[in-house]
Amino acid sequence: MTAAIVIEDVSKRYRLYHERNQTLKGALMRRGRSRYDEFWALRDVSIEIEEGSTFGLIGENGSGKSTLLKCIARILRPDAGRIAVAGKLSALLELGAGFHQELTGRENVYLNGAILGLSKKDIDSRFDEIIDFAGLEQFVDSPVKNYSSGMYVRLGFSVAINVEPDILLIDEILAVGDAEFQYKCERKFEDLKKAGKTIVIVSHAIESIRQFCDRVALLDHGRVRSLGPANDVASDYLEGVHLKSREESRSGSGEIQIQRVVLLDEAGNPITRARTGQPVTFRLVFSANQPIEQPCFGFSLRRIDGVGVTAPNTHDYGVIPDKVEGHGHVDYRVPSLPLLAGTYDVAVSIEDQARTLQYDGRVVALRFDVEWQGGPSEWLGVVTFGGSWDIVDNEPPS
Amino acid sequence: MTKLTEYRGTHELLINLVLRDLRGRYKRSVLGWTWSLMNPLATILIYWVVFSSFLKVEAPTGDPSELKSFVLFLVCGLLPYRFLSESMNASVESLLSNSNLVKKVYFPRELLVVSSVGALLVTFVIELGVFSLVLLAFGNMTLPWLPLVLVLVAIEVAFALGIALVLAPLNVYLRDTKHFVGIFLQLLFYSAPIVYPISLVAKDANVLGVDLPLRDLYELNPLVSLVDSFRAVLYDLRFPDTGDLLYLSGWALVLLVFGHWLFGRLDRRLAEEV
Repeated sequence: MTAAIVIEDVSKRYRLYHERNQTLKGALMRRGRSRYDEFWALRDVSIEIEEGSTFGLIGENGSGKSTLLKCIARILRPDAGRIAVAGKLSALLELGAGFHQELTGRENVYLNGAILGLSKKDIDSRFDEIIDFAGLEQFVDSPVKNYSSGMYVRLGFSVAINVEPDILLIDEILAVGDAEFQYKCERKFEDLKKAGKTIVIVSHAIESIRQFCDRVALLDHGRVRSLGPANDVASDYLEGVHLKSREESRSGSGEIQIQRVVLLDEAGNPITRARTGQPVTFRLVFSANQPIEQPCFGFSLRRIDGVGVTAPNTHDYGVIPDKVEGHGHVDYRVPSLPLLAGTYDVAVSIEDQARTLQYDGRVVALRFDVEWQGGPSEWLGVVTFGGSWDIVDNEPPS
Repeated sequence: MTKLTEYRGTHELLINLVLRDLRGRYKRSVLGWTWSLMNPLATILIYWVVFSSFLKVEAPTGDPSELKSFVLFLVCGLLPYRFLSESMNASVESLLSNSNLVKKVYFPRELLVVSSVGALLVTFVIELGVFSLVLLAFGNMTLPWLPLVLVLVAIEVAFALGIALVLAPLNVYLRDTKHFVGIFLQLLFYSAPIVYPISLVAKDANVLGVDLPLRDLYELNPLVSLVDSFRAVLYDLRFPDTGDLLYLSGWALVLLVFGHWLFGRLDRRLAEEV
């Protein structure tokens, strides 16, 4: 495999001005030197991105991921280090950047195409496709200032994607337009992947990164904190993000306390990794200082990116103990785990019978991974129904 | 120009940016393109009335064209000056007004500066064309001289481009640049023989007890050579002074090289500063 992008010891420094020397008076008063602090947005970053792979850049706000993307796109120049790019590159940093408000959609397609490096002939041959993809046939000859923001962005996206680059840089714009257009975009990305294009994505949407990318780099304060297969790095990232919330996420009056929460397999052994379809048990271990009347135990299950799955509690199931005391545990048994592959968080709570007072609660009490093992795979969402199919034909009309 | 050539379709982008400027300029105004003729006409009219009627400035007689008309004399100098001044005004803002492009897309940013001058070049050439027809109507046989006019235009474009490449990035780092340009252009206007013939400038002058060769100093201004050359070709119908041409070409070359060098240096942090 050859590298499409080689990033070698790249550092980028920004200036944070206290008082900006943008006027002459300021410049003279400070004898030409404006006062600024230096701030390293990137520090000794080295990454190699293979040709034909999809690469993700993740990190918290201000970690330098967008700066790195701009350096790759040559919008910013690094202060040290070297970036080598093999092939034609198109960057989707802001859609419709460079559109002229007063010009029509048609004129802007040609203008934007030229900015992205297309010749007039190229655009001529792709013009219909571009307009068709954006779904703007009717509005081609109206000025873009009359476009809705969705139309504007769609046209920008459509032009940028039709540049047919070898390398595509994308910054947080996977969520463009309505559901139908998003679906079209996803298909387009899949096509590009299949066509062997290199794609670099910056995003906060960790699940789409995990789903799309082969490899991921996690940036932290301008340095590469971890680099490797998407799953590992994404987990790493989420570990860091949730570490704080895990510690601070305890709340409640404390008459009865959650000791721990574990996931058990069919043999009763604690596990952190389950298979789709596996029988599992969620166990909450508690200890009560005093007798608690009619407590309500609840689990709530979310995928790691926050998508809710389910939240069962004992009251809703009609399981209401008269009172509990001392040490004990609550089991929630699942005969066949219906979750698709991913990482999931379990929150738990113990409340009083009226469910107005919380005795104890934890937001991230347990985290576990689900793997898909063998069999047909489903690709959308969080659950599988585990159903079966029948197809019957040649029936008499009903 | 390594960076320019490695970018595919540079000339197409340039054409597109020029078209954007031209199309965008008069959109949504009732008179539209008429403005591009109204503006110079109004300026000509004002100067004509003030300098010819009020101040009684006399135009010299064309040699060998025998033409004698203040307004034609005026326009010969005014058109090249207007191109230069409008180029400077447009280019000084060309990077800042396109900050969304500079920040979000990679392409050679020189093109923004070049296209701002290019769009004005289009109007300049049209103005010169119309003016040549007017001169023809007044009996000045300008047609054989038109190729030479184009040479002068080419020299002036190089000259304007060199200045533009300095001003545009400078204004990003130091926003006063724009305001200086305004003052500088006024100075430039009156320090060249546009609304008056050069014969009105005294050979020597005594300033604060010091004898100065005023005319020689005056002629150091390259705009003087530029206006003289345009006037020689269009008004007098003769070949311009070779010294003037060489002097102008020298200025144009130096400015262009310096502008390109400076732009390359200031380009580095452009996306952060706009």
